[in-house]
Amino acid sequence: MKAAIEIDHASKIYRRYPYRRRFSTLKSAIVGRKLLGNIKNTGAFTAVNQISLSVAQGSAFGIIGRNGSGKSTLLKLVAGITKPTSGQVRVNGRVSALIELGAGFHPEISGRENVFVNGVMLGLSKREVAERFDAIVEFAEVEKFIDAPVKTYSSGMYMRLGFAVAVHVDPDILIVDEVLAVGDEGFNLKCLDKFAEFKRQGKTIILVSHGLPIVEQFCDEAIWLDHGKMRAHGDPRRVVADYLTDVQQSEEKLLSSEDQKVLEASQIDSENIDTTLSNSLLTVEEPPADMFRSAQGRWGSGEVKIINLSMENEEGPSHVFHTGMRMTIRIRVSAPKLVDDFVFGVSVFNAEGVCCYGTNTDIEAMVPETMVGDGEVIFNIEQLNLVEGTYKLDAAIHTRDGRSYDYHRLLYTFRVKSSTKDVGIYRPPHRWEFTPNICFRKP
Amino acid sequence: MLINLRQLFRYRGLIQTLVVRDVKVRYRGSILGFFWSFINPLLLLLVYTFVFSVVLKGFRPVDIEPYALFLFCGLLPWTWFSSALLESSNSLIVNSNLIKKVLFPAEVLPIVSVLSHMVHFVLALPILVIFIVFYGKSLQLIELIWFPVVILVQLVLTIGLALFLSALTVHFRDVRDLLSNVLTLWFFATPIIYPMSMVPSAGKFMMDLNPFSHLAIAYQEILFFDGHFGHWKWLLVLLVVSIVLFMCGYALFDRLRDSFAEEV
Repeated sequence: MKAAIEIDHASKIYRRYPYRRRFSTLKSAIVGRKLLGNIKNTGAFTAVNQISLSVAQGSAFGIIGRNGSGKSTLLKLVAGITKPTSGQVRVNGRVSALIELGAGFHPEISGRENVFVNGVMLGLSKREVAERFDAIVEFAEVEKFIDAPVKTYSSGMYMRLGFAVAVHVDPDILIVDEVLAVGDEGFNLKCLDKFAEFKRQGKTIILVSHGLPIVEQFCDEAIWLDHGKMRAHGDPRRVVADYLTDVQQSEEKLLSSEDQKVLEASQIDSENIDTTLSNSLLTVEEPPADMFRSAQGRWGSGEVKIINLSMENEEGPSHVFHTGMRMTIRIRVSAPKLVDDFVFGVSVFNAEGVCCYGTNTDIEAMVPETMVGDGEVIFNIEQLNLVEGTYKLDAAIHTRDGRSYDYHRLLYTFRVKSSTKDVGIYRPPHRWEFTPNICFRKP
Repeated sequence: MLINLRQLFRYRGLIQTLVVRDVKVRYRGSILGFFWSFINPLLLLLVYTFVFSVVLKGFRPVDIEPYALFLFCGLLPWTWFSSALLESSNSLIVNSNLIKKVLFPAEVLPIVSVLSHMVHFVLALPILVIFIVFYGKSLQLIELIWFPVVILVQLVLTIGLALFLSALTVHFRDVRDLLSNVLTLWFFATPIIYPMSMVPSAGKFMMDLNPFSHLAIAYQEILFFDGHFGHWKWLLVLLVVSIVLFMCGYALFDRLRDSFAEEV
C-alpha cells in the first residue's frame, strides 16, 4: 500500500533562547543568504532527532513518549506547520491537524459564525461548510448554544466544537494531538468511534496520546519518542510495554531518591535523640499532639530503633507495585538492651492522607516477651488490594501503652499501578457475573 | 511570483470570510455598533476642523474653502492607510495561534487587516458624499472614473507595505513602536492638512518621493479641486511602484515564512 507519510531523517532544532536574534540586523533579514543562520551548539535544542519512518495509508499510527520528547514537534512537521531543519517530510493527501482545538475561534462571534470561519480556515469552501453544518453541530452537541458568542461556551463545548469542525473537513490524514484529554467519557467514545470510521474509510490517523490503552487498542503501529529520538517502533503493545518499563524504572529511581532524602533529613533528628538519651534517659521525644494529622517525621526514645526498611515485590526491592500482587515490608530493628514491652506497627496512607490500613502486633493480640540485639520484622501483604496511586508508609515500634521507641511517620513512599482505573481507597477482590441475556462486546 | 498570486486567488474565500468576521467583530458589543464606521471619521474631522479653525486659526490655508471638505478628502484615505499598517504589522503576532497550531497561509492575515480597514473606508464614503452635496461642489463624471483607480493603487501599495512590516515585526518587535511614530511624521509630511500649493519649492522633491502625497493629491483633485484631474501620470507611476513594492513585500514574506511558526 502507498505510504501516506514518509519521514526521512528529519530533525528539528529549536533555539533555546528565542530572543537572541536569529538575524542580527534588519539588513540580514531582508537580504542575508542563509535563512536559518548558524545555530551554535550552545543555544540549540534538538526537539526531533533524525527520525525516519513511513506511515501506510489507512493505518492508525500512535506516538507515545513523555512530555517534551518531541511528539508535538513531529506532528507539526507532518502537518507542515514547521519545516524540518534537516531531512525530509513527504505527505500525500489533505491533512487536518487537531493540535489545538478551536485555535481559530474568535470569542466575540457566535458558534455558528465560527464554524463557518473555522471551516474555511481549514480549507473547506463556504458551501461545503453549509452542507456539513448540521452534522458538525450535532456532533459537538451544542445545538442550544450555536447562536451564542463562543466566549460564553464552557471549555468542553469549545473543544467539542473545534473537534467537530476539524473532523468534518474530510481529511486524508488526521493528526490528533492529545485531544481526548479534554472531553468527558461520552464524548471520548464518540471521538473514538469517529476515528474508527475514518480508519474504515481508508484514512490515515496519527495519534499522540498519553492514554496508552487507546494506543494499544486503536493503533496498528506505534513509536516511542524519547528526547527526540525513536526508542521503539512497531507493534503498539510491545512499544507501550517498553515505554511502561522505562517509566517504571525512572519512577523507581525518583521514589527511592526521595525516600533517601527524607531519611537523611530524619537521621539528624535521631542523632539528636541519641544525644538526649546519653544525657538523660528520662527525656523522651514526644509525638505530635494529633497523631493522625501529623506530617512526616521521626520521633521516639530510641531504646529500640528501626535501622532500615525496605519494600519488595515478587522481583525484589521496589517502590512500584501492582494492584493485587504481593508486597513485603522488611524492617531491620535493633535493641541494644533487652526490652520486654514492644509493639510493631505498620500503616498505609494514600496521597490525601487517609489511613487506608493500619495494624500492629498488639491489636493482633501478640504478647511481647523479650527482644535483644539486631533482628528483622517482615510484614507480608499477600495481595496489595489498593487502587492506583501514591501511598506512604508508617512504621513504628512502641510500648503497649503507646510510648514510642522509634516512630517513622510517612517516611516511605510507594506507588501502586493498576490496569483498571477503579476509584476509592480499597479494592476488594471481585468478579462480575451476568445472566446470558446481558452481553458485552468482546475486548 | 505568479504561483503566489494564484495561491492568493485560491485563498479569496478565506480572505473574504475573515474580512467579514473582522468587520462584524469590530463593533460587536458597542451600542452604536455599525454607525461607528460613520461616526469615527466625523469625529476625527471635527477635531481637525476645530484645531485649524479655532486653535491654529492663523496656520489655516486661506484660499482653501471649504476647508473641512478639503481635510476630509485626505484624512479618510489616510486613516485607512495608517490604521491598516498599524494593525497588519501586528497581525501575525496577534494571530500566533493560527500560525503555530493550524496549517494556515500566513499572508492572508496582513491582507485581511488591510481589506477590513478598506471596508471601513468605503463605509465612510457616504459621509464624504453628504459633505460634497452640502457644500454644493460639482463633481465631474470623467474624474470620478479615476476614483476606483486611486483606491486600487492605494490598496496595492498598502498591502505591499503591510506584507513587509508584518514579516519584519515577527523578528523585530521594535517595528511596531517605530511605525506609529513614523506614521505621525508621515502624516504631517503629506499634503493632507495643507494643499500641495503651500509646499515651498525646496520641499517639492520630497513630496514627490512620498507615495502617499500622490494619493492625497489624487483624492483632492478628483473630489475637491475644480478643473481636470492632472495628476494621473503620477498615479500610474505610483501604480507601477506599488506593484513592484507588493512583489518585494511578498518575496520577503515568503522568505521569512518558515520562521514564523517558531518566532511568533
